[in-house]
Amino acid sequence: SELVEYFKSQMHKNTDVASGVAAIRTLLEFLKRDKGETILGLRENLTKAIDKLTSVDSSVAVSSGGELFLRFISLASLEHPDLSECKKVMIVRGELFLKKISLSRDKVAKLCHTFIKDGAIILTHSYSRVVLRVLEKAAAAKKRFTVFVTESQPDAAGQHMADALRKLNVPVTLILDAAVGYVVEKVDLVIVGAEGVVESGGIINKIGTYQLAVCSKAHNKPFYAVAESFKFVRLFPLNQQDVPDKFKYKADTLKKSNNLAEEHPMIDYTPPSLITLLFTDLGVLTPSAVSDELIKLYL
Amino acid sequence: MLQNCIDKYVEEKIHLAAKAISKSAFEKISDGDVILVYGCSSLVNYILCDAYERGRKFRVIVVDSRPRLEGRETLRRLVRKGISCTYVLITAVSYMLPEVSKVFLGAHALLANGYVMSRVGASQIALVAKAYNVPVLVCCETYKFCERVQTDSFVSNELDDPDDLIVTQKGKTELQNWQDVASLRLLNLVYDVTPPDFVDLVITDLGMIPCTSVPVVLRVKNVDQ
Repeated sequence: SELVEYFKSQMHKNTDVASGVAAIRTLLEFLKRDKGETILGLRENLTKAIDKLTSVDSSVAVSSGGELFLRFISLASLEHPDLSECKKVMIVRGELFLKKISLSRDKVAKLCHTFIKDGAIILTHSYSRVVLRVLEKAAAAKKRFTVFVTESQPDAAGQHMADALRKLNVPVTLILDAAVGYVVEKVDLVIVGAEGVVESGGIINKIGTYQLAVCSKAHNKPFYAVAESFKFVRLFPLNQQDVPDKFKYKADTLKKSNNLAEEHPMIDYTPPSLITLLFTDLGVLTPSAVSDELIKLYL
Repeated sequence: MLQNCIDKYVEEKIHLAAKAISKSAFEKISDGDVILVYGCSSLVNYILCDAYERGRKFRVIVVDSRPRLEGRETLRRLVRKGISCTYVLITAVSYMLPEVSKVFLGAHALLANGYVMSRVGASQIALVAKAYNVPVLVCCETYKFCERVQTDSFVSNELDDPDDLIVTQKGKTELQNWQDVASLRLLNLVYDVTPPDFVDLVITDLGMIPCTSVPVVLRVKNVDQ
């Protein structure tokens, strides 16, 4: 439908924008065009729209962004019982929310780049726009550093990362996913992005992140995760099995496959015990502080 | 007036909380699970019976310990419901743990520094579960959160009757006159504290939180009041 078309166009138009942000922009557009008569109807339509979006792109960020958007604006419905008044307030708040989160990536980068010292050797995983922004800022601050990037199969996203870094004149080496254990003794710190941050303070990210975290812990290297606050999600996985299937596989795989056990998962869960610090636009947090922030966001 | 208040508190914080906790816990119980429980917690029993009624297929290992043998009560209730159970004493826990998928513990109190005060033996179970990488879930209503801080089980505890530890087998009681032996003391503790590193998740009526978030909940509760 046109909702999905708008979402896809948003994603294509600006590849630099996170899928969560595109989802929220789509929902805001949907809100503006919605012809619902009642507040309850509006809320239902929005929930249906979020479901439709997650069926197109089942990543964690779309789901968490959608839920947060719903919460952010639905608090308005309690104060303004009149529909048109309420809608106006919702749209204003929605625009505000969108503006806040478009700035969040810069905020994260500003906090994180100071942790990169001159001469540092960094290891990162797959392609993350937030990590890229952090490294851009560090390079702009005249820091010299080298980067190892994992190839990150099955989609070889690490290649994109390496190309982007080469454009910044940063010395970069592409390594095999299997070579992580070999390389980690040479590096000073590990920085990864996150597709979702869960209540325990752990992160959900591209498959291979958990291995990276275990190796860094074994070598006592600091493991940093960078994520914007709209990626905080109300999940609490106990182990890899506990992560819902709808996040593990792409939306098309979920629809087409007969036996999910034969498919390769696209994401894994890294528990908070392996993460040193999380850089978010809410500040630099330890994994245990994430739950406090989530309680503040959602309650 | 006061009675109404009390009834309302009991209804909300205890009964409705149990229903809310059971709802969250239901998501954490999967088909084919082997769940280990210790002693007798009315909340954990309620959760398991509720999950069984809603159609989840799982089996339970009930761990028990002397002198109170509270696990027998748990066993009675679960078996009556039709849940397949195994009964062991706490000494066999490291033998059973490789087949366990999760551990559910009840709590008497959750302290402000994240430590869980529970029946003596619970921290032992959590320790061994951690060693085997089995997730430990504590189920606790928010009224049990307290502002006290304790880091070990000795600084403050309850002492139970030491005579309960005495065993009479085949008519012979070895420790019959233990008071007369000057160098012998019998210690029967009631509670122990489990550090937050051994607990993976706390299920409360406010949702699922990590053990370290207890002070945040206390703060939120105080603001509410």
